[in-house]
Amino acid sequence: MGQSEPRSVSGMSLHGSTARLSEARRVAIFGGTHGNEMSGVALVNLWIKNGADIQRRGADIKPFITNPKAVEKCVRYVDTDLNRAFTHENLSASGGDEFPYEVRRAQEINRMFGPKGSPEAYDVIFDLHNTTSNMGCTLILESSKDHFNLQMMNYIKKAISPASCLVLLNEHPLLKYSTSRSVAKHPVGLEVGPQPQGVLRSNIFEAMRVILKHALDFIELFNEGMEFPPCTVEVFRVSERIDYPRDANGNIIAMVHPNLQDCDWEPLNPGDPMFQTFDGKTIPYQGSCTVYPTFINEAAYYEKQQAFMTTRRETLAASGIRKA
Amino acid sequence: MTSGENRGRDAESGKLCEGRKGARRLTARRISAGKINQMDVDEEVCLPRLSRVAVCGGTHGNELSGVYLVRELLKLQRRPSEDDDEEPTSLLTVLSNPRAIQQGRRYTDTDLNRCFTLATLNGPTSDSPPYEILRARELNAMLGPKGGPGAVDLVCDLHNTTANMGLCFIAYSDCDWICLHIFKHLQRQMPDAPMRFVHLGMSEKESYSLDSVGKHGFAMELGPQPHGVVRSDIYVLMNAGVQHMLDWVHLFNSGAVFEGGFVDVFTLVKNIDYPRDKMTHNITAAVHSHLQDRDFCLLRPHDPLFQTFTGETLRYSGSEPLYALFINEGSYYEKGIALTLARKRRLAVPAIRAQTEEEEQARGFTSEEEE
Repeated sequence: MGQSEPRSVSGMSLHGSTARLSEARRVAIFGGTHGNEMSGVALVNLWIKNGADIQRRGADIKPFITNPKAVEKCVRYVDTDLNRAFTHENLSASGGDEFPYEVRRAQEINRMFGPKGSPEAYDVIFDLHNTTSNMGCTLILESSKDHFNLQMMNYIKKAISPASCLVLLNEHPLLKYSTSRSVAKHPVGLEVGPQPQGVLRSNIFEAMRVILKHALDFIELFNEGMEFPPCTVEVFRVSERIDYPRDANGNIIAMVHPNLQDCDWEPLNPGDPMFQTFDGKTIPYQGSCTVYPTFINEAAYYEKQQAFMTTRRETLAASGIRKA
Repeated sequence: MTSGENRGRDAESGKLCEGRKGARRLTARRISAGKINQMDVDEEVCLPRLSRVAVCGGTHGNELSGVYLVRELLKLQRRPSEDDDEEPTSLLTVLSNPRAIQQGRRYTDTDLNRCFTLATLNGPTSDSPPYEILRARELNAMLGPKGGPGAVDLVCDLHNTTANMGLCFIAYSDCDWICLHIFKHLQRQMPDAPMRFVHLGMSEKESYSLDSVGKHGFAMELGPQPHGVVRSDIYVLMNAGVQHMLDWVHLFNSGAVFEGGFVDVFTLVKNIDYPRDKMTHNITAAVHSHLQDRDFCLLRPHDPLFQTFTGETLRYSGSEPLYALFINEGSYYEKGIALTLARKRRLAVPAIRAQTEEEEQARGFTSEEEE
């Protein structure tokens, strides 16, 4: 699991209530971190071939396929999950050929776009993902103190309104994990679902494309000197991971309940149906308060012992920002 | 639906019916020619009882409804039951591809559900054959041998699809009255479930899937469900389908007469692949949002088919309106299939009942002569 890594927040100074931040010049768009999450693969390959749509004044924007072997085989990963591989331990390990493919790949990505935690690291990395869960468009934030990202997410939410794009904050000390995007100063996860693994849906592809367009527009405006006043952003903060009920041999003995299936982000109250056994019995949620579940029935999480995640709603304050 | 068309298919289905359909072969052939004589529909076809039935799951290891359903059936079978002695039908429950199930993949070396051609089953053994070919031969020994008198009477092979197909029966034959009657029974018992009968439209000689090992067989395909996921709504539907099928078998074996009627059958005509980059072979478009999730809709000439990544709409260029299914099935990208097109026709199905013991013995003598 991710340990808290030292992060340099270089160039941030508070001037009144507006933080002056260094320009966001080096930007990357990662696709294929999981080789069977097709929207990101298709978008990045499209932009590698013809990058016209992702050009923005004041920024160098690099589209990049992070796990080409997994993309080639259309699997999530070859040896180990790349999106869990960017731990301090892996990145600083020496030696080489005997390491799992994804660990070697993480080291290479860290060399190209990092080093993680250093002033040379890329300013922003967008990491494109799909989920089998009915999460719609979700932006993933790794730090509640990243005012640049908070302002970007606020901008995106307003730009696509009335369509919705929710923000998932994963700052939990135990549940946080070392993502490929964590190499950058401002890591942004983009998760769009529902889409089966290995499938490319037009509507999901378009939704992801639109979100990225607004994200890059924000970066361009910021780099040109626009000031973004203080704002608040509603986020869903990761609270708990809930596994499937299992028997003594570790086999799953119940499914996500039909009342919960597809209900990502809707309130789950104590006593509400949560799982249904194969012979039809209901197992209720027995937490102490209302939570907002997400990643409900994500295929890739069966092996990670997760049926869904609970979150708590919170409002974060972002200081005003402007390029230094 | 032209009579010319039927005559062509009729000759084929006449051959398919031989040796399988008991005393009423001539009537059966006449019925599938489209001339529906009310008296013919009411005359019963007598077929041998189904004493051995197999339910198979996990033929593709990441199609989870069948995996969990077979596991539950195995659990129930381990419990001693008072009904055991009375049950004339033996039920075999099989997890077809254990290695793929364990890995959470469709297959390990090659698609198991393409390994059941007679050529593959009986072919020479190479030095290191793919796992699935070895497994296919094991399953053929367990449930077959395919084409032989000792094969199980009925194979029901459980599958999921990412396409929005509801509950489908997929069968090689459009005159296997057992499968068609099971389908009619499920339609009656589950009237709210979206249910279709899909006919592959190829001869039995070309059959390649697990359900072709039994004397009768079909795949029960449910979607939409992502691979690697078990959805409770899909599981409950599949479980109900399997239970009703087993109920029907019990009723059939007990001598019930099932009256004839009509079934709409979708016969596959052709597949359409994605547009692809000439150099990399990567797809350059996705199924159009107007077509996505609209399985069993009629695709008309010029209807939108694909949306390229640069936003262009590509349209259906065929001249015949056809029904679209398997729209955007995840495992078919590597097979070069974006969707499959089918014709629909209304099939007359005769009444059937099980042969009595006397009739079975009489058949036994004549079928020896035929063989």
